[in-house]
Amino acid sequence: MNFEAINESLPLYFGGTLTTLKLLVVSLVAGLAVALPLGVMRASPKAWLSRPAWCFTYVIRGTPMLVQLFLIYYGLAQFEWMRESIFWLWFKSAWFCAMLAFAVNTCAYTTEIIAGAIKATHAGELEAARSMGMSRRTVLWRILLPSALRRALPAYSNEAIMMLHGTSLASVVTLVDLTGAAREMNSRFYLPFEAFVTAGVFYLALTFILVGAFRAAENRWLIHLKPRQ
Amino acid sequence: MLYDFLPNILSGMVITLSVGIASLLMALLLGLAGAAAKLSKSRWLVGIATLYTTVIRGVPDLVLMLLIFYGGQTLLNDLAPRLGFADAININPFVAGVMTIGFIFGAYLTETFRGAIMAIPAGQREAGIAYGMSIVQVFVRITLPQLVRFALPGFQNNWLVLVKSTALVSVIGLDDMMFRAGLAAGATREPFIFYTAAAILYLAITTVSILLLQMVGKRYSIGVKAAQL
Repeated sequence: MNFEAINESLPLYFGGTLTTLKLLVVSLVAGLAVALPLGVMRASPKAWLSRPAWCFTYVIRGTPMLVQLFLIYYGLAQFEWMRESIFWLWFKSAWFCAMLAFAVNTCAYTTEIIAGAIKATHAGELEAARSMGMSRRTVLWRILLPSALRRALPAYSNEAIMMLHGTSLASVVTLVDLTGAAREMNSRFYLPFEAFVTAGVFYLALTFILVGAFRAAENRWLIHLKPRQ
Repeated sequence: MLYDFLPNILSGMVITLSVGIASLLMALLLGLAGAAAKLSKSRWLVGIATLYTTVIRGVPDLVLMLLIFYGGQTLLNDLAPRLGFADAININPFVAGVMTIGFIFGAYLTETFRGAIMAIPAGQREAGIAYGMSIVQVFVRITLPQLVRFALPGFQNNWLVLVKSTALVSVIGLDDMMFRAGLAAGATREPFIFYTAAAILYLAITTVSILLLQMVGKRYSIGVKAAQL
């Protein structure tokens, strides 16, 4: 282990951590925001609502995120109209393409998680709400979503961790995230072992922080479902 | 355009599937060994298996793959002269890919198998031993058939994620489906078409896998009443 080289590259890794976190937060927030209505659609008994949502999650969950990223980053540049449209300002940047690909990907998985939690809601909860005279809209906002989103928390924490690891693909499209930092250190010093082990330690630390944060969130919002000691 | 390259991409699909199946075999062995270690009474074995599953599941696939491919190469370069080899040994991307993916998904399958084994009541194993069966017989006749049934949903998830992560092997230079789609995209300047083709082929692999595993699931849950609300 060459600790001197690692020490010298630490600023690179801190910059990479920042990039990784930015990518993670933006894609998780955007993905969750879109997944919420999609999840409600997916859980709906009406086929014209649930089918399109199913189709979206099926295609996204059935293909590798690397293909999705390449389709957005390299694929769209094929079209003349794309390169001349005003969207090109965004689509030519690796940042935007990576965030979009990650957000779409996490959105599909989150949609399934939310739909699963909604479907698993106890029928009595909703009957009780209806018999109290709440409208369907009120039941959705006051009973169904607060209850389902809480129960979705454990599965969502897995998704967030998968997404943290997924952001490592950003290094393939030239961004210098944590993995990109490791690749840069490797090409600078030719010390692959040190470079990638350091990145691994950083990812492990981030994973533990995420796990801790979700555990705290579960203690805050899911305490009523905790098994009694 | 697409037709000229399609045979090439389809033969890349064979490589993708071989990487997937080879690493699945390795992951199955590691998963069974890991589950056995985690459920054993030896503190050492439990500790090692826990370290394995925690570290592997806390670090992105891509980082581990780069570590094994580049780090393993420098390790071999250092070792080769000492072991008496005149030439440097080159790690082939296929082997690096299979080793990495097998190693990673061994950790995920460890958890899947552990959960499945714990779902089988211990009394059944004890009864088998009381009848005079050997430990191997108990495993083959009693644990394994039920293990398949209980592990199948988790296994399906693991396999689908595994197939999709084989796309990452193209990053370290294996000429799988993704790599060949990239080459065709570069040669024709039509990346959208070729990455879409790759996406459709991945979707076909996942769809066929789901259908096959559903059949296996039916076979192994003969005689089990489905729980109904």
